[in-house]
Amino acid sequence: MIEVENLTKRFGSTLAVDTVSFTVKPGEVVGFLGPNGAGKTTTMRIITGLIYPQSGTARVNGKDIWDEPVDVRKLLGYLPEATPLYDEMNVMDFLGFVATVRGIPPREIAARVERMIEVCSLQTMAFKDISELSRGFRQRVGLAQALIHDPPALVLDEPTSGLDPTQILEIRRLVRELGKEKAILFSTHILDEANKTCDRILIINNGRLVGEGSPHDLAAMASGETIYSLEFKGDTELLTEKLPDHFKVTHSRPGGEGYTGLELACSDPADHSEELFDLTVSVGGKLRQLSRKEATLEDVFLELTKGGEA
Amino acid sequence: MRHVLAIYRKELRLYFDSPIAYIFIVVFLAITSWLFFRTFFLIRVASMRSFFAIIPWLCMFFIPAVSMRLWAEERKTGSNELLMSWPLQEWEVVLGKYLAALTVYVVTIILTTPLAIVVGALGSPEWGVIVGSYLGCIFLGAAILAIGTFISSLTSNQIVAFIVSVIIVAGLTIVGQPLVTMFLQGPLTVLVPYAEWLGLANHFSSISRGVIDSRDIIYYILLAALPLYLTVKSIQASKVG
Repeated sequence: MIEVENLTKRFGSTLAVDTVSFTVKPGEVVGFLGPNGAGKTTTMRIITGLIYPQSGTARVNGKDIWDEPVDVRKLLGYLPEATPLYDEMNVMDFLGFVATVRGIPPREIAARVERMIEVCSLQTMAFKDISELSRGFRQRVGLAQALIHDPPALVLDEPTSGLDPTQILEIRRLVRELGKEKAILFSTHILDEANKTCDRILIINNGRLVGEGSPHDLAAMASGETIYSLEFKGDTELLTEKLPDHFKVTHSRPGGEGYTGLELACSDPADHSEELFDLTVSVGGKLRQLSRKEATLEDVFLELTKGGEA
Repeated sequence: MRHVLAIYRKELRLYFDSPIAYIFIVVFLAITSWLFFRTFFLIRVASMRSFFAIIPWLCMFFIPAVSMRLWAEERKTGSNELLMSWPLQEWEVVLGKYLAALTVYVVTIILTTPLAIVVGALGSPEWGVIVGSYLGCIFLGAAILAIGTFISSLTSNQIVAFIVSVIIVAGLTIVGQPLVTMFLQGPLTVLVPYAEWLGLANHFSSISRGVIDSRDIIYYILLAALPLYLTVKSIQASKVG
């Protein structure tokens, strides 16, 4: 469980993080989404105890970053952005070193390192120097390093950046797998990724949280209305008259063969397709096409982060 | 202590897995031996005095070369980000790194002992003086290394760390020498004892005489402890920034 309360961090005159609060529960993958420089990394660094905020606090399983920073770090696995590692060490030695530093009892270290090499599919690279590894393998070593002590909470800073599509899929699968029991906060600036991997998304812009919810909720929140487009043959005026209040005709054009293409905006997020169908039948008209379109996450993102460019 | 040991072993491996430690040892031994034997057979005295006389001047350059990478490299590659995300106290990391660098230096100094054996075989030197001088070398190196560690923790550029450390150590070395104290005249004469007390080389020569004075020991311990304490503080401060 990661709890963040009213975090504020200023670097000189720039406000990097501005009263941000959220929680990540165990068994939940939360995507931290925002344009570059929005404050994602800063927030994550604060949670890990790498820097301290001006005000506010963060807690991991009830341990506070101000009171028990070392205990917080014991409970966390952290993958920094750009995955800095000790390039001169080989993978086995590096993981063994991390295990020691992480306080894993000496006789369990070998087994733990073995296990991590398996989980992160590093078998072929175990004795290579880290400097010789490709981006994808480095990332996996970074993940292995973050997972070696089996932490209840994970903070992953852009774990998929710079990877090829296959590697991205692998990392996402691993994250989802781990997210079944751990609390995972994972940042990205790729919408699709957040959409596919996360149970919940936090959108941050200019240091402020501007949106929070499941990918589905966020999409609905964006426009506040759903668009229905239909092609209708019959008495259009009668249909328009009979439409319930939450519908509004936004667009109407002739669709050929006597059909009229209509676009209706609906302020109620629930699905009204059946109701619309029944309505067209009741006015004696015919329907060739009916579709319901929700705003995509992309729309939401652009909408919510628009303020930053102004 | 387990954490200190883990950091210590990792740092020591980085020194000995890369050419740094070997280059350091070989060059240090080559220069000291050459400078020593250049005059040893001419003077025909079984003493290592000329050897120990050059140690402070060599340490001025050599030790910052060992300490410069300790923190600057981590900051450069960003691996301190990883290091600090592990459940370690700042002092554990500082101490582990410092002791690893100190080991490189102590090993080098131990490798100069064949010189003492040669001198012992050729004549009958005063062993008390030699043992005292070796002890002085260790204390001197420990203090310079601590200064270098602190400077390294302030920058992400190893060259800057090296140059600034050399300047500071050079300042501390010459401050107690007649070269500087002779300029302290008139009312400034009161400063002379302080300048002499501050001088790195003065305490070294006093230990080298074979007299182990608690004042010299305290001076070196203070001079090693203060920069290390400041290193811990500078790392903590960088988290608040």
